[in-house]
Amino acid sequence: MKDIASNISGKTVVFILAFIWFLITAYPLFFMFVTGFKTNMEFFDSIWSFPGQLNINNYVKVFETGFHRYYLNSLLVSVLAVLIIIIAGSMASYAISRLKFCLSKAVFSLFLAGMMIPIHITLIPIYKMTQSMGLYDNLFGLIGPYVAFNLPTSIFILTGFMKDIPVEMEEAAFMDGANTFQIFTRVIFPLTKPAISTIAIYNFLMLWNEFVYALILLSSQKNWNLTMGLWNFQGEFGVNIPLIMAALFLSILPLMILYVFLQENIIKGMMAGAIKG
Amino acid sequence: MYKTRPLTIVLFILPALTIFLMYMLIPIPLSAFYSLFQWDGITDMVFIGLKNWRELLNDSIFLNSVLNNFKLVFLSIITQIPIALLLAIFIYKKSRINNLLRTVYFLPQLFSSVAISVLWRYLYDPFFGLINEVLVKTGIIDMPIDFLGSEVLALYATSLAISWRFIPFYMILFIAAINGIPNELYEAARVDGANKFQTFFLITLPMLRSTIINAIVLVLVGSLKYFDIVYVLTEGGPNHASELMATYMYKMSFTRLKMGYGSAVAFALFLIAFSLSLLFLNLTRSYSAKKGD
Repeated sequence: MKDIASNISGKTVVFILAFIWFLITAYPLFFMFVTGFKTNMEFFDSIWSFPGQLNINNYVKVFETGFHRYYLNSLLVSVLAVLIIIIAGSMASYAISRLKFCLSKAVFSLFLAGMMIPIHITLIPIYKMTQSMGLYDNLFGLIGPYVAFNLPTSIFILTGFMKDIPVEMEEAAFMDGANTFQIFTRVIFPLTKPAISTIAIYNFLMLWNEFVYALILLSSQKNWNLTMGLWNFQGEFGVNIPLIMAALFLSILPLMILYVFLQENIIKGMMAGAIKG
Repeated sequence: MYKTRPLTIVLFILPALTIFLMYMLIPIPLSAFYSLFQWDGITDMVFIGLKNWRELLNDSIFLNSVLNNFKLVFLSIITQIPIALLLAIFIYKKSRINNLLRTVYFLPQLFSSVAISVLWRYLYDPFFGLINEVLVKTGIIDMPIDFLGSEVLALYATSLAISWRFIPFYMILFIAAINGIPNELYEAARVDGANKFQTFFLITLPMLRSTIINAIVLVLVGSLKYFDIVYVLTEGGPNHASELMATYMYKMSFTRLKMGYGSAVAFALFLIAFSLSLLFLNLTRSYSAKKGD
């Protein structure tokens, strides 16, 4: 009897603590969502209350400042960089893991060391280099650093996966007269799809949320990505809290929608980056 | 076994290697080189030898930022790892409610650090912030506190926001590890009459040892080069109270336009973060090699 009682109270404690963390995570997000629909008057009246009516003025105003542009910029630069990472990364991984050559270990270690390089050591050289290439304040100037910084993790994941593909597949293709390039595009690349979708999701999330390079390489508003747009929006409208909350909600909405459909893949993709460091 | 010509191999590696060398490796010696100059990023560079480095070693703001980085490492480890482990133990079993909790718990990991910082800036707001409102209403404090504006509290306040974001990440890491522990161990413990606490301390915790060590290394490596949330929340202020090496490097280089000096800060940050990362990764690797896994 005593055992059951202690068991029940133990479960209750766990439930209460789990619920407290649920509130700590969810309430700020709920607060952001609700506040975005309030007027300034309603908000100053009480931060807890619900909006009297569902007014979408804040959301309209956020878009009037050009928010849609930031979405498009972020989408464009992330998708392009992810495509390059997939192509360049899988090619390099193929050479490292399948076409054994004398330097393959050294090249692999070089990329691995890249996972430990702090981003800030590259800022000034990249800033200077981007300026001399004429890509400063140009969305495409972000692609180089974006690809470079995510290649190491991607190559690590891809080589790990490619190593386990049976060598017979390649040899059969070779017997049929396929050259190295064809073996890569028709045999290895299709077989690597699960790992490729993992790195695609991981890299997309990282780049969609990227801030530091955008901060040093973009200056005019029309080129800002979403994080730059949000950061500047906060600087400009700092005192209008409901308006900021509307912008904040809009900034996280795309990933929330993606999360609803691809939850398991997203969690798996994010965790694949855990080998970082 | 079929053979590939060396040229083909080079062609496969070249695209990735070129981008990687250009944007990641070459900047390292380049930064060391720039640190020998006085340079505002626009006019000509003036060679001044090791003057920036001498200044750096006597720069109390920089030395304090190094200290703050280590404080952040410590604060992050003692908050993120235990809370993440606790949450993982709460919800590792597959059930509908646990899946819901896991889905919600993971949300902060999804958002950009800018979004998280903007949110937390208003949570900390002294006039309309949720945190002050709750603390005042429950009588824990009498007057609202300006957490981010206080030299004493700013670093702790930012570290809480960082923890809020990264706890779900480590939680998922621990959930995966707990689910990987063989069931036979628990059955054996049950047969031997172990209670829940004994099972946890004698089976779960020892089996999670290498995951926990890995998580600690990840927190350490991440905290040494941390930038985003601190920069957006406090810009390293007030009066450098929450200054980190990375925020100081950014402000020196891109706000005050002392790019030579900024390069010296960046290179120092690189030396500290890279060598400690290498050291701890090797320690954990030799540890797991000894264990044979």
